[in-house]
Amino acid sequence: VKRWLIAALVLLLGKLRRKRALPPGAALREPDRRAENATFVLLLCTMLAAAGFIALYIANPDTQFLGATIGLALVFLAAACLVAGKRVVPQIEGEKERPELEHVQEQEEVLAVIAQGGAGVSRKRFFLLAGGGAVGVLGAALLTPALSCGPEANRILSRSPWRRGILLVTESDEPIAAAGIVVGELVTAFPAAADKEDIASPVIVVRVRPDELDLPPERQGWAPDGLLAYSKICTHAGCAVSEYRYPLYDPTAPGPAVVCPCHYSTFSVTDGGNRIFGPAGRALPQLPLEVDGDGNLVAAGDFSGRPGPSWWGVRQ
Amino acid sequence: MSGDAQRGRELYLTGCQSCHGVDARGIHGTAPSLHDVGAASADFYLSTGRMPLDDPKSQPDRTEPAYDRKSLDDLIAYIGSLGGPAVPQVDVVGGRLNLSEGQRLFTENCAACHQIVGRGGVISGAFVPTLLEATPRQVVEAARIGPYVMPRFSEAQLNDRELAAIARYVQYAKHPENPGGWALFNVGPVPEGMVAWLIGLLALLFVIRLLGRNEAP
Repeated sequence: VKRWLIAALVLLLGKLRRKRALPPGAALREPDRRAENATFVLLLCTMLAAAGFIALYIANPDTQFLGATIGLALVFLAAACLVAGKRVVPQIEGEKERPELEHVQEQEEVLAVIAQGGAGVSRKRFFLLAGGGAVGVLGAALLTPALSCGPEANRILSRSPWRRGILLVTESDEPIAAAGIVVGELVTAFPAAADKEDIASPVIVVRVRPDELDLPPERQGWAPDGLLAYSKICTHAGCAVSEYRYPLYDPTAPGPAVVCPCHYSTFSVTDGGNRIFGPAGRALPQLPLEVDGDGNLVAAGDFSGRPGPSWWGVRQ
Repeated sequence: MSGDAQRGRELYLTGCQSCHGVDARGIHGTAPSLHDVGAASADFYLSTGRMPLDDPKSQPDRTEPAYDRKSLDDLIAYIGSLGGPAVPQVDVVGGRLNLSEGQRLFTENCAACHQIVGRGGVISGAFVPTLLEATPRQVVEAARIGPYVMPRFSEAQLNDRELAAIARYVQYAKHPENPGGWALFNVGPVPEGMVAWLIGLLALLFVIRLLGRNEAP
């Protein structure tokens, strides 16, 4: 099997090589029209794929399709370069000893030799045009995402259904009684009458002992009776922060924290959601809480920071 | 369960008081008070062998119980006499419990840490124990107590019937139905992918070795 494999490989390589390279000193061949046409088609495909990226980015920015189009554009460009390099540009092996280029005249001679290299290629201007077009459209495609920067991006990323007075409800739309949450428990809540699928919607509500609270001064009053709420979406990759650790006896166990099961980003719940472990780059946004006249939990404002992962594209 | 609280008190003084204190009110920084934790806590910690604990700073892990059944009952009766919830009665063979509901509730409330068939894992700062040996009663007790760093589940979040459904699912998950193939300890897609990689990488290494031996002609 081994010998067969090697034999097949050597044969394949040898065959390819014979086809491509001309023997040393052979005359310039006729332009290879088929290879030139193939290069044009490949360059055209590059342009189309890159233009597709721009169109998709504006119309329907789905990361899968965006990746596919930009990837295809690069593959087509690479294929065009390969075909052009191997088949369009004539390949002649020749050796010529040359002294150092000291005189203007000699330099001109060399330039003439180089110019002669293009003799086996027809439609050179068309080539330049197609190549330039392909690279130009691809470059434009790579620059398109920069259009998304600016104030509009900030508005989309900061969008949140939470306002002062919005009622917290369970998954089945029932209000949450503040007294019903015990120390050491984790409850998932959503804003009343809002899209539960929105990335800024789900929050986790926990209760800690009021003496454990260590919130920054500007967040005093955000946690009535030790009740705290944070965005449930990890600021790293957008997973649901669903693991909760609360020590039964704190002197001998790690402190209260929520943990994202995807990459173990760990956020302390007593000090305002600061990251204490893991890859997340930002604190978990905190939602200020109030208890309304009926004893139910309501929001006292919007998040302390931007909810959602630290990359664009996922808002649901 | 009818233990002798008087004998339990004697067992307590030999086995537990060095950490929890002579009056079972705890020793600050070492071990918590056992007043009002109830017979449920005592049953959970003693019947899973988590207590007594050699080093109070370490995470309690499941081992063989240190006491025989009679002594366990006596100790539980003594701790129960200090107040707190009684040992829960859990019946998972009644047939009224819905296995699929148990699985849904387990997925929503437990699987993030304990993994979908209860094989355990890690959370930052602690390991998550496997539920392979957990009895239905221990499952219910753990959910209500929240041992070590596990969160608690109040009646409002999971009622007794829902908790029993979860306990039934945990029993099922010890030997889940396997439609075919090698179950790989039911620890999910990550090790399965690892195996694929290992086989693929070995094949690649073999090819590289073949090519590397081919000296230039």
